[in-house]
Amino acid sequence: MRFSGLRVLKEGLTGNKGWTPHWRDPQPKVEYDIVIIGGGGHGLSTAYYLAKEHGLTNVAVLEKGYIGGGNVGRNTTIVRANYFLQGNSEFYSHSLKLWEGLEEDLNYNVMHSQRGIINLFHSDGQRDAAARRGNMMISQGDDAILLGRDELKEMVPYLNFDDLRFPLYGGLYHPRGGTARHDAVAWGFARGADQRGVDLVQNCEVTGIDVENGVVRGVQTSRGPIRAKKVAMVAAGRSGQVAAMAGMRLPIESHVLQAFVTEGLKPCIDHVVTFGMGHFYISQSDKGGLVFGGDLDFYASYAARGNLPTVETVMEAGMALMPMIGKAKVLRSWGGIMDMSPDGSPIIDRTDIEGLYLNCGWNYGGFKAVPGSGNVFAHLLATDRYHENATGFRLDRFRTGRGIIDEEGKGSQHNLH
Amino acid sequence: MRISCPFCGERDRREFYYRGAAVDLERPLPGAGADVWDAFVYLRENPAGETRELWYHEGGCGAWIVVTRNTVTHEILRTEHASEARS
Repeated sequence: MRFSGLRVLKEGLTGNKGWTPHWRDPQPKVEYDIVIIGGGGHGLSTAYYLAKEHGLTNVAVLEKGYIGGGNVGRNTTIVRANYFLQGNSEFYSHSLKLWEGLEEDLNYNVMHSQRGIINLFHSDGQRDAAARRGNMMISQGDDAILLGRDELKEMVPYLNFDDLRFPLYGGLYHPRGGTARHDAVAWGFARGADQRGVDLVQNCEVTGIDVENGVVRGVQTSRGPIRAKKVAMVAAGRSGQVAAMAGMRLPIESHVLQAFVTEGLKPCIDHVVTFGMGHFYISQSDKGGLVFGGDLDFYASYAARGNLPTVETVMEAGMALMPMIGKAKVLRSWGGIMDMSPDGSPIIDRTDIEGLYLNCGWNYGGFKAVPGSGNVFAHLLATDRYHENATGFRLDRFRTGRGIIDEEGKGSQHNLH
Repeated sequence: MRISCPFCGERDRREFYYRGAAVDLERPLPGAGADVWDAFVYLRENPAGETRELWYHEGGCGAWIVVTRNTVTHEILRTEHASEARS
């Protein structure tokens, strides 16, 4: 079934009776070429690109819950390529280019909206840093515009320009950045992978990883054993438990990150605005809700909910930056389980076990990476070579100290990012 | 989340700084080798359930505290001075 304007019109006139489920609900087979553990955004896009670009369709995605029920449905939907360091820069640039063709590619409306992102700065030093970052983005082939205070005032007049503690000097504007509809991204990739023959197996929890003489043989699951030539671990916040089944310990701590959405309002915030000094960022969804978040709670957690002190901090930062949102009522909040790596950058690599691959460490930035991560991981799984835009995400960079990608310049240590 | 400091009693979480897994209590010798140091600095058990962590009572008595906590429920099961936990 293909989506088109004509089809929507026809279905609308005939009672919407012709729509069919977007993907099958198959029984797992006894053996696959590749088993992907984790049916989140990254796992689904990995499966999609394995099928589309490498012709590998004897693939299963094993999801312990349901498609779209994890972090891919629990984020703030921001898509951007405004990274500074080599290693990150070319990867996120690659991912953004995939985003830009994603809807045609998937034949699915993921509501990708390139409304632009503005990172605010508040001092001469920060302006210099923003200019340097902008130049790096431009030299990568992406876009960046340095806004002064007057230009900022014209674009986002509702900010608090009288703040004395963090005066608004300007912003780094990334016009191609924006947002997308997170659920639709999961559904679009799921449908695309399924149409090409990938089995999406839901309610199927992996309970063991079978390794013989250093070679992976398959997995044990709540729906029986499944043999596999290759196994890919793409379990985000749960990566630690999945890797433990293969006897591995990862350089990952799982933390809780909270986000919030208000009741629906008329359009008022046209861009994504980030206020680094207050650890606050905000955009407005197409339904009208203000979607915003802040920093981690800063303790290890699998609770998928946070504590009130962080809620208070986020609300205070929001009020300091844009007092106009004070009358909006917060409708709901949620917490996601973030796989935090020591340097704040991801891991896409082989492991010491032959046939076992790892994709994790997305910290709080996994959503924008969904197409890119699946694309380069599929390349690694299919060819056993690193994709040219993902050569830096090595697992051993922590042990060797070579190739640390510390985007924030905070140091390579847990609990700093 | 409220944390019971062995010295000050039960206090708001905001008074405490979070260090992470309580691995610092068993710091390896300088010459222990790259793998041992890798395990100490970076590799984490990262359990979903009971875990031992180091918290610092920054806004209180300044003690380092070993907190036994459940990462799924946020329940705090036990707290003790780091010096006692180590011995």
